[in-house]
Amino acid sequence: MNAGLTPGCTDADVSVIGGGLVGLAVALGLQDHGRQVAVIDEGDIALRASRGNFGLVWVQGKGDSCPDYARLTRQSARQWRRFADGLTDATGIDIQLSQVGGLYICLTEEELQQRQQMLSSMRDALGGDYPFEVLDHSALKARVREIGPTVAGATWGPEDGHVNPLFLLRAMVERFLKRGGQLLTCGPVSRITPVNGGFEVLAGDHRIGCSKVVLAAGLGNKALAPQVGLFAPLEPNRGQVLIAERVRHFLDYPTGHVRQTAEGTIQCGDSKEDVGFDCGTTTDVLAAIAARAVRMFPLLAQVRLVRSWGALRVMTPDGYPIYQQSEQYPGAYLVTCHSGVTLAAAHAGPIATWIENGQQPDEFSLETFHGQRFSV
Amino acid sequence: MASDSAFKRLPANPADAVEIWVEGQAVTARAGDSVAAAVLAAGLGPTRTTPVSGSPRAPYCMMGVCFECLMEIDGQPNTQGCMILVTDGMKVSFQRGARDIPECSA
Repeated sequence: MNAGLTPGCTDADVSVIGGGLVGLAVALGLQDHGRQVAVIDEGDIALRASRGNFGLVWVQGKGDSCPDYARLTRQSARQWRRFADGLTDATGIDIQLSQVGGLYICLTEEELQQRQQMLSSMRDALGGDYPFEVLDHSALKARVREIGPTVAGATWGPEDGHVNPLFLLRAMVERFLKRGGQLLTCGPVSRITPVNGGFEVLAGDHRIGCSKVVLAAGLGNKALAPQVGLFAPLEPNRGQVLIAERVRHFLDYPTGHVRQTAEGTIQCGDSKEDVGFDCGTTTDVLAAIAARAVRMFPLLAQVRLVRSWGALRVMTPDGYPIYQQSEQYPGAYLVTCHSGVTLAAAHAGPIATWIENGQQPDEFSLETFHGQRFSV
Repeated sequence: MASDSAFKRLPANPADAVEIWVEGQAVTARAGDSVAAAVLAAGLGPTRTTPVSGSPRAPYCMMGVCFECLMEIDGQPNTQGCMILVTDGMKVSFQRGARDIPECSA
């Protein structure tokens, strides 16, 4: 390796474009295979889904129209504890992973019934192996005493959990750097040029030579993919988030809409809007989120809000990831998804292994996630 | 932990004296002071302990950003002392750990 010998030039085995949760997870996995990895981050102008999300390591309901996505999600959730412990061992950062099960709270009987049907058909599609429970109001109240009196019930997923996403990102960066990774924050990548079976990546004035390149730039992948013969039909989908003050611990489990962090902070969210690249907030959406949270947990009516933000999900037309190697330029890979927290352990595990040596994962078919499915 | 206050009153801008009660102790402040400023000027504090480690904290940014100045002001816990102006007879106590929220009877 002659990395850094020439100013403005870097050599690496693999360049990963995107320094968020997805890019770093893949980079950490490639380091486990002994690779020299350069992660190229856009810097503070990036849209940064990794800093705006809800922190769920979530299984239940994911992949309702795609059993392979359910398998991928569950495999990642199973590998998460080891992944988290590895980060903590290497960095000393406790990323607050808790996988004690999660609740999807349904306000109405109709909502609860629909949810039960959805999870039942998922269980059928997965040959009966899909654990969940349906809790009526009193069963839910037995788990969460503070649940609101008008809530119909919840579905319970024993494999669900949550994590502190900011500590996670920090721990991933630290472990990456400790293993000798190069994190280059040199602005957006302007060009990827296939050269002699490898690639040259131009980011600002910086030139990175590498034998493989991984596109993990979130919404930025859309513009980068065609440069290496790939197709990334991605659109932003905005979620708004409310943060309330720290209060005494009352919620033992993450839910799809409200969670309490290890420090006691309350996070509320789960709105979905198509508003382009606008990551602002709006009063009507925040009010709806707050009203639903108070209906779920009436004690939240007393709690003050301290912050809100909008963040953009990275969405394909069917909502599922794209994992694909370029046929035109082998060695170029597209890795894009909207569940960068849940799937981090899979990205550092089987996805990185596939990029390293082409080995197909045992538990799910990579073919399912080929971008070809969007070509008609 | 009492300590000499590093906060000195400027001789300019005289204002009406206001009496507030901090941890049961009478403190003379000036109209227009924030609670955080009044408490610091009186040399009192630390004004909270964190919910995470229990370590002591005191007002820091004085402009509503850092949340280090959380106190219980007139019965309202977790209130930012730097964002609230003193009023005569105001009762202030320090915030210890996470605030409690009373359970709702369902």
